[in-house]
Amino acid sequence: MTPRLEPMVGRYLHCEIDGRPHRIYFEEAGAGIPLVCLHTAGSDARQWRHLLCDEEITRHFRVLAFDLPFHGKSNPPEDWDGSEYRLTTAAYTAAIRAFCGALELERPVVMGCSIGGRIVLNLAIDHAAEFSALIGLEAADFQQPWYDTTWLNRPDVHGGEACAALVSGLMSPDVPPARRRETLWHYKQSGPGVFKGDLYFYRVDGDLRGRTAAIDTTVCPLFLLTGEYDYSCAPQDTLRTAASIPGAKVTVMDRLGHFPMSENPEQFRAYIAPVLEEVRALHDKQ
Amino acid sequence: MPHHPDPQVPEPDTALEAVTARLARLPALLESHPQLVERGRFLTVDCLLGTPTRPFHTRIVDGRITAMEAGPRLMASWRFAYRATPEAFLEFWKPLPRAGSHDLLALTKSGAAGLEGDLHPFIANLQYFKDLLALPRAAASPSEAHP
Repeated sequence: MTPRLEPMVGRYLHCEIDGRPHRIYFEEAGAGIPLVCLHTAGSDARQWRHLLCDEEITRHFRVLAFDLPFHGKSNPPEDWDGSEYRLTTAAYTAAIRAFCGALELERPVVMGCSIGGRIVLNLAIDHAAEFSALIGLEAADFQQPWYDTTWLNRPDVHGGEACAALVSGLMSPDVPPARRRETLWHYKQSGPGVFKGDLYFYRVDGDLRGRTAAIDTTVCPLFLLTGEYDYSCAPQDTLRTAASIPGAKVTVMDRLGHFPMSENPEQFRAYIAPVLEEVRALHDKQ
Repeated sequence: MPHHPDPQVPEPDTALEAVTARLARLPALLESHPQLVERGRFLTVDCLLGTPTRPFHTRIVDGRITAMEAGPRLMASWRFAYRATPEAFLEFWKPLPRAGSHDLLALTKSGAAGLEGDLHPFIANLQYFKDLLALPRAAASPSEAHP
């Protein structure tokens, strides 16, 4: 019997991030315009598996999804001493630029979700000329916190169960049950304190209020898409952010929440395929 | 101007009665979901679940509801309370609730529900409580009670 194999391949990349050696895991599929995908806080690049298997997209895009350090199959750096993990704006930006630089990706498109969506805004502010388009899913300059993150890493609460339960309500109620379970499974597998450490960026260090007006979408187009059932980054958070960015294109996605690419890939496809088509058309003009 | 009530929106007293009746069924509903009882097997707690004006004093032992008494009740201890407005519960229990009414914590964020007391037993068993309070949702299937 012929084995049923998916088209993506996974590899380990050795690169330096801020001068520190890292071993980064990534998966890729397709050929064409490089499209780098960033996962949400406390999860990993498995969230993008449906996009990596979408032949209509990989026909034109080289889709690459990597696990941030400490996430999925990417190790902490070799010299990590066990101290508390905390993601900062600078470290996150450096990781993305190091990944793109090590693979010599020429003006890639970057699409990030949640913390990935937030860092996309920072890339648009500080490094727009390095990218040919930026796509923020569930992205805003800031969101009002809705729970105490200290619950996420303490010995008397099961971290995996608590992390998954906290984010379980961020999906649309009608997502396919298997996709819902899979999305939460990634949260149950996160390392101790990693979700909490990512939220340091989301809640504290990555507050971009007052900075997004500096984004020039004529240098790099910016697309923002947010699910209607996301109450962490609610549509009004994205709309408020976009109001300060001339040329930003916003879409509110029906029947989707905070994890559109993994919670309901088919529904997400209806929204992201036209955006990628527009990105391709812009790319062809350049 | 004469008042023409929207037939889709129950009058306040009616909503409270409807919510109280559905919550009163929680022990029986829970017994028909053994996987949920199993999920709560390490949980023993006295808590308040219900609406602000009519919470149920609920005793959970090893994941099973062993007592549920409509309040208010004087001089009764509880570890934590989750109380939402009757209207919020009715929207939450719809097969496809409106965004913002579809999750216990979404309701606390909007102010339609309040969470008070010692939250440890609630957070340590968060998915249990999300699934427990979703049991009255008519369309929820046994293994996939939505949050």
